[in-house]
Amino acid sequence: MTMIGSFDFDVIRRSLPYLFLEGMRFTLTLTALAAFGGLVFGTLIALMRLSSYKVLGRIAGFYVDFIRSLPLVLVIFWFYFLVPYIGQWLTGASRPITVGAFASSLITFIAFEAAYFSEIMRAGIQSISKGQPAAASALGLTYAQSMRYVVLPQAFRNMLPVLLTQTIVLFQDTSLVYVLSIPDFLGAASKVAQRDGRLVEMYLFAALVYFVISCVASYGVRRLQARIAIVR
Amino acid sequence: MNYNWNWHIFLEPNPMGTGTYLDLLLSGLVVTVKVSVLAWIIALVSGSVIGVLRTLPSRTASWIGFCWVEFFRNMPLLVQLFLWFFVLPELLPRSAGLWLKQLPNAPFWTAAIGVGFFMSARVAVQLQAGITSLPRGQKQASTALGLTTVQTYRYVLLPMAFRIILPPLTSEFLNTIKNSAVAITIGLIELTGQARSMQEFSFQVFEAFTAATVLYLLLNFVVVTAMRFLERYVAIPGYITGK
Repeated sequence: MTMIGSFDFDVIRRSLPYLFLEGMRFTLTLTALAAFGGLVFGTLIALMRLSSYKVLGRIAGFYVDFIRSLPLVLVIFWFYFLVPYIGQWLTGASRPITVGAFASSLITFIAFEAAYFSEIMRAGIQSISKGQPAAASALGLTYAQSMRYVVLPQAFRNMLPVLLTQTIVLFQDTSLVYVLSIPDFLGAASKVAQRDGRLVEMYLFAALVYFVISCVASYGVRRLQARIAIVR
Repeated sequence: MNYNWNWHIFLEPNPMGTGTYLDLLLSGLVVTVKVSVLAWIIALVSGSVIGVLRTLPSRTASWIGFCWVEFFRNMPLLVQLFLWFFVLPELLPRSAGLWLKQLPNAPFWTAAIGVGFFMSARVAVQLQAGITSLPRGQKQASTALGLTTVQTYRYVLLPMAFRIILPPLTSEFLNTIKNSAVAITIGLIELTGQARSMQEFSFQVFEAFTAATVLYLLLNFVVVTAMRFLERYVAIPGYITGK
């Protein structure tokens, strides 16, 4: 083990502010916003899939199957090049608009995660017994009210552990914005690593940080799952 | 949209001198298939060993199984690939590290091993679920018949468990194919990588990515169809999927 002697802890200490205040902040903001957006659009897609209008169900099903058969890296590239054109089309500009790195990756991850979250929410909605929406409509609630006040809150609560587990996966997946040279946590670590020629230290440290955060988060989800199981 | 579509681009010669742009993409597809199959073999073999360890009564065995799964599941695949590719050669003794770095086709082997071990954690969890889903009586009956633990797993538990978890294993194999695209970050030119280089050479972004997308969809379709045949072939009579 020749390396341990020359292991440079100082490079990690020196770059801590950059790694966490810039890199980790980007990663966590992207994770939180993408999880929220993915949940909102995922729920809409799930409702489309379960709706009595067959066409809506078909469209939603096609979108979910389509996105889920593509590698995330390819989807990231797709959106990176496509979003400026979509923006041009939406705003009626004369040329493709410029989209920042953060906005581009946020749109990508929302579109991608919506497909995965929608499958979770669909399972959650289907886990609610049929008597509940039937009772809601017997009470005179409209479809929107019955979803808003009866079905979705329960579906969300039942699926909370799965949704959070998917969010941990999302947290790890955001590291793939590396392919666009965006300084998320891993991107920041990689920049320092290449600038100072300290690949071993920086990548080991990045691995450790991801590992600790994911471990603590999944432990929290397991605790939550146990608590919910008792309440039911 | 002022984008110049040119669908004939696929039949034009690529600047690498290896035929047309379509040939370029197809060579990427071949790399994707090769690396995914190799990674899947690694994932199945190591994942099965770990999955079995997690079901054994021994404390040590389940501890090893627990650590393995947590280790490979709680780090992004990209970080794991970097550890295999950049960090491991430096931590080894000098000569071994040098040998690793000079290995021809290093990104390919690194990707296969990295994606394989990453997926092994999921295979292990699936297999464990499959084994524990079997009725207790199966294991007890094997013991009563005088089978050793190895024989019990070999002839009774594993043949049943693998058949039960075949559908989730299919989606894990599809995940392996998709995850192989992450290896673009360590310089493996697979399907996504070739679509990227086609985009850089020809500036036909959307044609390149559309073709890659279609090829991934085709690959998915082939795997799903093949696995459906396999599922029907090995189905256990009396189970829901059985004849």
